[in-house]
Amino acid sequence: MSTFLGFPTRRGAKTLPDDGAHPGAPGTSAGPGWADDVPHPEAPLRWGATFPEAAKQALGNTQLRRNLAHATSTIRAKRAAVVGEVPDWEELRDAGSTIKAHVMSDLPRLLEELERNVTARGGVVHWARDAAEANQIVTDLVKATGETEVVKVKSMVTQEIGLNEALAEEGIAAFETDLAELIVQLADDMPSHILVPAIHRNRSEIREIFLERMGDAPPDLTDAPRELAMAARAHLRRKFLSAKVAISGANFAVADTGTLAVVESEGNGRMCLTLPETLITVMGIEKLIPTYQDLEVFMALLPRSSTGERMNPYTSLWTGVTPGDGPQEFHLVLLDNGRSKALADDVGRAALHCIRCSACLNVCPVYERVGGHAYGSVYPGPIGAVLTPQLTGSTGRSDPNNSLPYASTLCGACYDVCPVKIDIPSLLVHLRAREVDQDRGRPTAWGAAMKAASFVMARPGRFELAEKAGGVTRVLGGSKGRITSLPFPGSKWTDARDLPVLPKQSFREWWADEHAATETDPRGERRSSEAPDGGGSPSADRTDTETTGDAR
Amino acid sequence: MSARDDILARVRAAVINDGAHLGDAVAEQAPVSRGYRTTGEHSPGSAEAIEILVDRLVDYRAIVHRAATTADLARTVGELLADARSVVVPPALPAAWTSALTAGTAVVHDSRDDRRTAAELDQVDAVLTASRLAVADTGTIVLDGADDQGRRAITLVPDLHVCVVRTEHVVHTLPEAVTILAAHPTRPQTWISGPSATSDIELSRVEGVHGPRTLHVILLG
Amino acid sequence: MRIALAATCIADAMFPQAPRATVQLLERLGHEVYFPEQQTCCGQMHVNTGYFDEAVPVIRNHVETFAPALDGEWDAIVVPSGSCTGSIRHQQAMVCRRAGQEKLGATAEALAAKTYELSELLVDVLGVTDVGAHFPHRVTYHPTCHSLRMIRVGDKPLQLLRAVDGIDLVELPGAESCCGFGGTFALKNSETSTAMLSDKMSNVKSTGAEVVTAGDYSCLMHIGGGLSKLRSGVRTMHLAEILASTQSAPTPVDVEAAPGRDSEAEAAR
Repeated sequence: MSTFLGFPTRRGAKTLPDDGAHPGAPGTSAGPGWADDVPHPEAPLRWGATFPEAAKQALGNTQLRRNLAHATSTIRAKRAAVVGEVPDWEELRDAGSTIKAHVMSDLPRLLEELERNVTARGGVVHWARDAAEANQIVTDLVKATGETEVVKVKSMVTQEIGLNEALAEEGIAAFETDLAELIVQLADDMPSHILVPAIHRNRSEIREIFLERMGDAPPDLTDAPRELAMAARAHLRRKFLSAKVAISGANFAVADTGTLAVVESEGNGRMCLTLPETLITVMGIEKLIPTYQDLEVFMALLPRSSTGERMNPYTSLWTGVTPGDGPQEFHLVLLDNGRSKALADDVGRAALHCIRCSACLNVCPVYERVGGHAYGSVYPGPIGAVLTPQLTGSTGRSDPNNSLPYASTLCGACYDVCPVKIDIPSLLVHLRAREVDQDRGRPTAWGAAMKAASFVMARPGRFELAEKAGGVTRVLGGSKGRITSLPFPGSKWTDARDLPVLPKQSFREWWADEHAATETDPRGERRSSEAPDGGGSPSADRTDTETTGDAR
Repeated sequence: MSARDDILARVRAAVINDGAHLGDAVAEQAPVSRGYRTTGEHSPGSAEAIEILVDRLVDYRAIVHRAATTADLARTVGELLADARSVVVPPALPAAWTSALTAGTAVVHDSRDDRRTAAELDQVDAVLTASRLAVADTGTIVLDGADDQGRRAITLVPDLHVCVVRTEHVVHTLPEAVTILAAHPTRPQTWISGPSATSDIELSRVEGVHGPRTLHVILLG
Repeated sequence: MRIALAATCIADAMFPQAPRATVQLLERLGHEVYFPEQQTCCGQMHVNTGYFDEAVPVIRNHVETFAPALDGEWDAIVVPSGSCTGSIRHQQAMVCRRAGQEKLGATAEALAAKTYELSELLVDVLGVTDVGAHFPHRVTYHPTCHSLRMIRVGDKPLQLLRAVDGIDLVELPGAESCCGFGGTFALKNSETSTAMLSDKMSNVKSTGAEVVTAGDYSCLMHIGGGLSKLRSGVRTMHLAEILASTQSAPTPVDVEAAPGRDSEAEAAR
């Protein structure tokens, strides 16, 4: 059993005896042409390392850096082009945002409505409080069919609950059929992006993975994307044609009709949703939309935000069971797993509006540098940073997920592209405040600094004294005028950046000097009576303060 | 307490306060904003709408054909399927559409009551169907399982799909399409926007993965 | 117009050249500038690190300082910082209300409506894009995240820069990407911050500019800190410093001439 930053992993349990090498390829070491540095974590929403620790490691991965820079810039440009051609994009975002706010506020009634409609159309609805319950339900359903293999459509929620691993422990092999999920599964890796889980792999790594692990890859396989995709097609086709049970997630569930939607590109979704006899769909309780008509909003928002296409190649919509067409047994598993906890936070619940498009990942300058694995959760990027800690809650001060709300510069690029207008920067700040409030009473360096700064900045006199005390920086800076090296934690700054010494004269001192001779107005502020071009020349003043050595 | 009751109790506790539903307050104070376009500037079946549709389809690398009459359509079908050994058709496909097939192309019938297996469909070269409607803005063709479109499996397994879109069924915008589809929301629907594709390898688009690798669209009318 | 200046704590203490230039510029344009001296800070640093309770007294001081604007004492409040303007506009009232200080929140909200970032004040309120500046240097402009996406100044700073006499304004590749500062992010995630900074510096260098300018000295402190560390020979300068520069009173661009930095010559003296 290998370890990941001290946490035991379940890699061994993942391997199943199988005629092909897929899934759960034997062996634990990487092949010669690809890096295997992300073993399976024990908890899909809490991998073990803090964000700064994991990010530091990721930043040193040159292959990852290059792959990510290429992939994110490509998809950013595609999205911008197709969003730019929609004249009512902002109105669609407003609609998406307000519909989702309505869903969250009315979730109890909408869930019951969905259940009623799915049941009326021949589906069976199951409820799962957490990952373990959901996995047990799915396992029991598969076992009841007598099958030991299932095909799977790419689904974030089954990643979230670790379904494949749970099925493997019960002797059921789950075959991922999305190309990127196949790559991740064959490499015994973890996904690093919501939409493109293998975004961290380049074509030559994928070729090596296929050759080593697929079992039936053509020996003369090149690294041309078309050839790689055709190898995957050939590999999976036999499975599709013989599979009896499929497992999917859902992009949307329509409460007023009981209709479910899966949005995809490759056709693997259609294969799984159409050909097997039994279909098991797992979805988070937040995935609802109220009415069928609302699809006109979300199907306009999702593909353009997600893959940068006007519409994705295939969308499947089904309602319960249709006699003679598609699976004749349909189960819907409704998963809570922390969602009701997030719902109870009147600010934080906005994170549940997410439709998993991943636009926020693609524009995030932090994600672009560190990739998805650094977030230590199957939900990476800006949305992961606000969703993961709410789903898991905090286990205490050493919980690595506490670091996620700080994994952002609050630059706001994520909010601008979010199709349902989730104000991620404000949510990050809210979660920071929530943590600070929960942690009150425990002395921390940051807390002490913030309290001190609050004390100083609440009164101008104190602030002015602090400014004067800042003259010490001129000593640190010496004659250079800049501070090039500070002890820890200041070294966090000066390792890569100089810090200017404080000027000899603060602005307020300059103002007092400049405007001292002028009249004092009734409120005590002195204002300038200087004529626009008269009096002391600004440049002369500047020169004076810069070049005279008089200490203040 | 069952998981169902427990979860419902939790979500109720989150949004119901002293019997007051947050949903009612939100509906009243922040109603759903629907300022987006619900109809396009081009009417269904208009030359402009069709031009946009063709542009989008070509962009997705579907192959577009025009047929003014049923006879034109039959001729085009015959040409497109000249090399196909077999073609599967849904139960209520107009018979005239297959009237110009060559003798070398066997017609395979499939319906909900008389289903071909996946393995059988895998041996069929092509599929010919009608469609419910098409959306010009997005280049999307929708099949809803009606008898001229058939079961979902027949348009999935064969490698070549010839899909007929009647020009009067071409709407400009997605909301117009959803309004039409909402008449039968529970029918199994497949929305098709070009051949299957993947961008999973370095975001490089590869067309033709698991669905039909070739999509011919014949605009009829 | 009677304009009250919120200098911002960081500029007051560390980069006085920015508020000074703001005063000089607005006075040159014929306006009366006031500096209410009880001001300290808008509270942004506390809010963004999650210390809402600690932010309240700081915000209270800011609101009390500038409250006379609501009685007509000043026509507008100007802030030479996009992120401080953003915090005043989008955070102060929220934080007050969360702390149960409804009245303070309402006053903060009313004041926010009279508060403008410098380029907003010039273009939107004063209706001027050509401020009569002269700055014969190669300059590239970094639109800071909060200017761009929080308060949405759009191309107002560029309108102002384009009208500057003698300027050689060059576009910054990847301009809209964050420099990696993010307040405490630069310390809590210093490695990632550095990776972002290095890309920003490469882009700045690729323009061949002498000066990189922005509407916010916090981001400029970050970018400038990196450029200084590498002895890049590129100077950071606030938008106000360029706009304040005239033929008769030019703003010097030598790196060592940056206010607050003793020149080598002086050190030798």
